Amino acid sequence: MRPSLQRYRNILDFALSSLLRRKGRNLALISVYTLVVFVIASLVFFVQALKREAHELLAQAPDMVVQRMVAGRHDPVPLAQVEAIRSIRGVDEVQARLWGYYYDPVFGGNLTVLATEDAALAPDAIWIGQGVARSMRVREGDLIPLRGYDGQSSLFSIQKVLPESSELVSSDLVLMAPKDVRALFHFPEGLATDLAVQAGNPRELPTIAAKIVELYPDSRPILKAEILRTYEAVFDWRGGLMVVVLGSAVLSFIIFAWDKATGLSAEERKEIGVLKSLGWESSDVLLLKFWEGTVISVTAFLTGVLLAYAHVFFFSASLFEHALKGWSVLFPRFRLIPALDGYQLTVLFFLTVLPYTAATLVPSWRAATVDPDAAMRS
Amino acid sequence: MIELSQVVKTYQAGLATPFTAVDRVTLSIPAARLTVLKGPSGSGKTTLLTLIGCMARPTSGRIHLHGLAADALPHLAPADALEITSLPERFLTAIRRRTFGFIFQQFNLVRGISVLENVLLPTYPTGEDPRAVEARAVERLESLGLARHLRASVDRLSGGEAQRVAIARALINDPAVIIADEPTAHLDSRLSEDFMGLMSQFKDAGKTLLITSHDPIVYDSELADLVVEMRDGRVVSES
Ligand SMILES: Nc1ncnc2c1ncn2[C@@H]1O[C@H](COP(=O)(O)OP(=O)(O)OP(=O)(O)O)[C@@H](O)[C@H]1O
Ligand SMILES: [Mg+2]
Repeated sequence: MRPSLQRYRNILDFALSSLLRRKGRNLALISVYTLVVFVIASLVFFVQALKREAHELLAQAPDMVVQRMVAGRHDPVPLAQVEAIRSIRGVDEVQARLWGYYYDPVFGGNLTVLATEDAALAPDAIWIGQGVARSMRVREGDLIPLRGYDGQSSLFSIQKVLPESSELVSSDLVLMAPKDVRALFHFPEGLATDLAVQAGNPRELPTIAAKIVELYPDSRPILKAEILRTYEAVFDWRGGLMVVVLGSAVLSFIIFAWDKATGLSAEERKEIGVLKSLGWESSDVLLLKFWEGTVISVTAFLTGVLLAYAHVFFFSASLFEHALKGWSVLFPRFRLIPALDGYQLTVLFFLTVLPYTAATLVPSWRAATVDPDAAMRS
Repeated sequence: MIELSQVVKTYQAGLATPFTAVDRVTLSIPAARLTVLKGPSGSGKTTLLTLIGCMARPTSGRIHLHGLAADALPHLAPADALEITSLPERFLTAIRRRTFGFIFQQFNLVRGISVLENVLLPTYPTGEDPRAVEARAVERLESLGLARHLRASVDRLSGGEAQRVAIARALINDPAVIIADEPTAHLDSRLSEDFMGLMSQFKDAGKTLLITSHDPIVYDSELADLVVEMRDGRVVSES
């Protein structure tokens, strides 16, 4: 091996044995460090997975939803509008959607009840999502009572439990025939909850929306693109909510790293003096400290990221499920689809490993550049 | 030969309480001889050693190495007279590594690692072939009677053993000059005699030896070619 390479190896070897001899301190350091990386990485993975899930959800959603507003609130839409909107140029299809929320007092959760025209649905039967099946403890073929607007319960037989594919989307869903939805909610004939509008060319959507408002000033068209933007704002980790959360995590980490790393103990300081008096250059000492810092931070980084990966994708982010997905009692216990994003990992790496390494190098550099005669005195 | 002329070391120079630990010392330390620095505590012996050993720079004065640093700085070695006080830090490091071997008053072993690793410490930055260096280290340690302790942690050694580890470490890069600061301070008289025995071997091998001591076993020894007495930072006698 060339002498200069051998020098790197020798100093790396010594760095490893140095770390071993301060085992307790370094293990504590790595644990805290790993924990921080774990939390940050879990958050990043989780939000990324949720974002993808949301995109999937929206992919199935119509390009535009038209609501009617009465006194600033969402109100049923007259079915007569369907034909009128369909005749606007550029509109491909208009579908009246009938849906609502059903509060189940027994297990205290909200279900989304949606009317479907699917011919496969048997009379008096419903299809339910996985989450509904789980919390009501029911299976295909069971009968469940749903309490109508007047307090009267009606029995429905469960014809099918919807497949798991996109559970966040369908978990709390109950599909039933339109007449059953109207009966359950006492929803008047001739009205729908909202209208789903598809356009042949998505770029015409804003124009179509303007025409709808012209036609029905009390309507509110919502474009899918706008919803996507909102999601981005909430979930995107360079802007929005995530920056605040990540920012504070990283900040606290930097404070931790600074505190841990800057405190060069008297013994370490003396050791640096001894090494220098034995003919180590300042750059050799810095290389030693650099290896030590790198071993610690890379170990912690890899462990933290692996744990976070397992946490989010194999244990469904069980630690912050409640905080982040939370509004409904029906927590979809779904598995997020594992995925790694190189860009994210790189940013994470630079946010956690760099501050730590810098924080270890600065004090060592100060100690390494003083005269070694201090080592003679102790 | 090491030649000092008008060497001054003032600590905290320019501050409110400057302290001159070494005051206008002019001295010649002969090569391949044993020189002893003696004098009361605080007279500046250790300070003078750090100046000669390139661990600190004098406030003023000149130190010349005559024909001693050729190994350390082959490319710029005018075999006689290398003036060290004005050299850049990089060169001083090379000189510390190749020309001087230090045996510190407190031994300054690095705790928590083995005897062998301690001896190898000075060789890590040189990037020499580790097998060759290790063989050399083992040989030195064996000749100092430490064969049984190669892999032991230095924390468990007795005082005499720790000193011999420090000696092996000082010798690993085969220095021309061996500097020992109060080497017998922690040893009983038997071990002190043993130490002087070792020094006589090194002298026979042509090493230049520079030792500070209050101990008559050292400064009254017939091995001592030159005894320099210091007081309050100044040389008061040479014999
Ligand atoms: N960094 C420093 N700052 C200020 N004064 C110092 C410093 N280092 C040493 N001194 C002072 O310089 C004087 C000489 O110290 P030195 O260690 O050279 O003495 P010494 O002769 O080796 O003493 P001893 O025999 O006790 O080891 C002492 O009075 C000491 O207090
Ligand atoms: Mg002293």
